[in-house]
Amino acid sequence: MKICITAQGDSLDALVDPRFGRCKYFAISDTESLMAEFIENKDKDGMGGVGVGAGQLMADKGVEAVLTGNIGPNAHRTLQAGNIKVITGVSGKVIDAMNRFAKGELKSADGPNVDTHFGEKGEVPK
Amino acid sequence: MIISVASGKGGTGKTTVSVSLALSLKDKAKLIDCDVEEPNAHIFIKPIITEEYPVCAIVPEIDSGKCKLCGKCGEICEYNAIAVMPDKPGVKGQTIVFSELCHGCGACMYFCPKLAIKEKERKIGLVQKGYRAGLGFIQGKLNIGEAMSPPVIREVKKRMSAETTVIIDAPPGTTCPVIAAINGSDYCVLVTEPTPFGLNDLVLATELLEKMKIPYGVVINRSGMGDGKTMAYCQKNGIPVLMEIPFRKEIAMSYSRGRSIVEDFPEYEKSFIQMVDNIRVYVEK
Amino acid sequence: MRQIVIISGKGGTGKTVITASFAAIAESKVMADCDVDAADLHLLLTPEIKEKGFLKSGKTAEIDPDKCVKCGKCLEVCRFRAVQSNFVIDPVSCEGCSFCSLVCPERAISMRENVTGEWFVSNTRFGPMVHAKLGIAEENSGKLVNIVKSKAKELAQNNGARFVIVDGAPGIGCPVIASISEADIALIVTEPTISGMHDADRVIKVARHFSVPIKLTINKYDLNMDMSDIIEDYCRKNNIDVVGKVPFDEVVVEAMVSGKTIIEYSAGKTAQIIKKIWNSVSS
Repeated sequence: MKICITAQGDSLDALVDPRFGRCKYFAISDTESLMAEFIENKDKDGMGGVGVGAGQLMADKGVEAVLTGNIGPNAHRTLQAGNIKVITGVSGKVIDAMNRFAKGELKSADGPNVDTHFGEKGEVPK
Repeated sequence: MIISVASGKGGTGKTTVSVSLALSLKDKAKLIDCDVEEPNAHIFIKPIITEEYPVCAIVPEIDSGKCKLCGKCGEICEYNAIAVMPDKPGVKGQTIVFSELCHGCGACMYFCPKLAIKEKERKIGLVQKGYRAGLGFIQGKLNIGEAMSPPVIREVKKRMSAETTVIIDAPPGTTCPVIAAINGSDYCVLVTEPTPFGLNDLVLATELLEKMKIPYGVVINRSGMGDGKTMAYCQKNGIPVLMEIPFRKEIAMSYSRGRSIVEDFPEYEKSFIQMVDNIRVYVEK
Repeated sequence: MRQIVIISGKGGTGKTVITASFAAIAESKVMADCDVDAADLHLLLTPEIKEKGFLKSGKTAEIDPDKCVKCGKCLEVCRFRAVQSNFVIDPVSCEGCSFCSLVCPERAISMRENVTGEWFVSNTRFGPMVHAKLGIAEENSGKLVNIVKSKAKELAQNNGARFVIVDGAPGIGCPVIASISEADIALIVTEPTISGMHDADRVIKVARHFSVPIKLTINKYDLNMDMSDIIEDYCRKNNIDVVGKVPFDEVVVEAMVSGKTIIEYSAGKTAQIIKKIWNSVSS
C-alpha cells in the first residue's frame, strides 16, 4: 500500500511536518519497503489552494493514505473525493510513523481537524 | 470629474474627508464608497437605499455525466480551484471545484474536451444605491469570509456615472483593491496625519500614485498633534497640501457619534468647496 | 507556544501601538508584522535586518512582439481586460490565469513569475522580529503574510520562545484572514466610534467564521463614553471579554514621535493598563 507522510526534511529521520498543504516535503513510501521518495513541496508558501494542490498530487501518485499532523477542509474534501485515507495527529520521526502505520497503530480521521483560511461556507456562525 | 480619496494607512480620516467633500457639494456630487471591506461612509451620510444588486463571481460547474476525469481542467487552473480524482477499483472518481479559490478566468470551460463545464454565479457581495437629499450615494459590501474585493469594487464603479463630481472613498493601503478603486480618477486626495506612522504610509501612497500617473495632493488631518515632518516632506517634494484639519477633541467626539465635520462645524464647508474648485482648475488645465 | 494576533478591522485604532507595547512587555517572544501593506511596527522597534528574501507570487503574462501576429485570440478570451488593443499586457489588470498563453497559436505569450515583496528576519531591542514589505501596487499580501507567520513560528520553535505576537492586517479580506489563521487568540482593538464598532463587528464575524477565540479592548474609550458602553454591551451579548479600556492619552503620540513604545516612554496609567491587557491575552 502506497502512503505519504508529510516531512520537515528529506530523510527518514526527519520529523513529521504538522502541516499538509504547507509541509516541506512529501515522503511517499510503500508499506512493504522502508524506503521513501521525497518530493519537495514547491507550493508550501502558496496563497490559497495549497491543500487542494497537495491532494491532487496524492491522487496523481496513487497514494492510498496520508499521515500528517493537521488537515484543513479543502485538503480533506479533495482526499475524501479521491478515497484517500487521512490520518492526523501524527508526530515524531517519519520512519517511526511508517512503522506504526504498518503495525496498524494509526487510525484515520473522520473530518478536517483545522480550519482553512478560506472557509467553505458562505454564511457566518452567529 | 472623478476625485478619489485614499490613504496609505487606515484611520487617518479618509472617510471624514470624502463625506465632507460630498456633503459640501450637496446635489452637485455623488459619493461612491469603494472601501467594500469596511464601508463606513453610510454611517455619516445616512442614505435612503433605493436599489440593491448582488455581486456575483462566475465559477465552473462540472457535469459529472459528461466528465471523463481527463484532468485537463485541474492541470491548467492556476489557482488550484479544481481537483480531479481518478476512478479506483470500486470507487468512482470525481472532479471537484473549490469556488472560493476560483478567479473566474473561464479557461477550464474553454479547454474541457468533453464540454462538461458550464458556469454559474456565486454571490460574493452586493452594491447598494441610494441618496440623501440631492446627494447620490453608492456603496459596495464584501461578504464576510470572502477574500477578493476587486470584483465588488469594479461592480460599484460600473453603477456610477461621471456627469457630476464623483467622490470615491477608496480602501486604505497600496494594493489591488486600492488600484481597482482609484483607477480612472482625475485626481486623488491623500489623507494623512502628522505622525511617524502617517508619514511612512503617506510616502507609500505617493509611490503608488506616481506609478499610476494620477495627480494628487495631501490633506493633513489632526494637524497640531505629532510633529512637523509631514508638512516638511510635502514642501520638499512639491506636493500640494490641500487643507489642514486641526486636531480638536470636539471633532473627534462628533466623528465618534457618526456626524461629519461639515454638519457640526459648518465653518469648514467653505474650505472643502474651495478644495474641489482648486482641484477642478488643476484638472481642467 | 502561543500565537497572539492583534487586529482591528478599521485602521488607525491603535493596533500597532498596542502590539509594540506587547513587544516591550512580553518575555520570550518573536514579533511578526503582518500588516505588510502599511507596515509601521518597524518605526517603533527599529529592526536590524539579519536575513531577507523575495516573495515570488502569481504570474503575469508577457507578449513577445516578435512572435505575435495580432490574431486577437488572447484579447477575445481574457476576462480581466488585461490585453490592450496594441497587444501589450496591462500588468495591473492581469490576474495570471494563463488563459491567453494557453490559447496563443504562435506561443508568443509567456507567464513570468512576479516578485511582489520582500521579507526580513531581524533583531530588535526586544528580540527577533519578522516583517515584510509588499511592492507598491502589488497583490497577494495574504501570501506574504503567510511567509511572515511561518518564519516567525519557525523562529519561535527554534528559540523555544513562548509567544508569537502578530500585528495583523486591517480589513476583513485575504490578508486579515491569513493573519488570523492558526492564532490561539485574536485581540481586537477598537475605538468608541460608530465606524470602529461597525468594523469591529465585521472582523469579529471573520474571526468566528474561522473559529479563532477573541478578546476585545477599547482604545481612547473616554473620547465617547456612551459609545464605549454600547460596545461593552455588544460584547456582553456576544460573550466577548473586554480586557481593558485604554484612555485617550497625548503621551501615546509623543512616544510615537520619539520612536519609542509607550511602555518605555512613560510609566503612567496607559502603560499600566496595556500591561494588564497583556496579562489577560497571554494566559
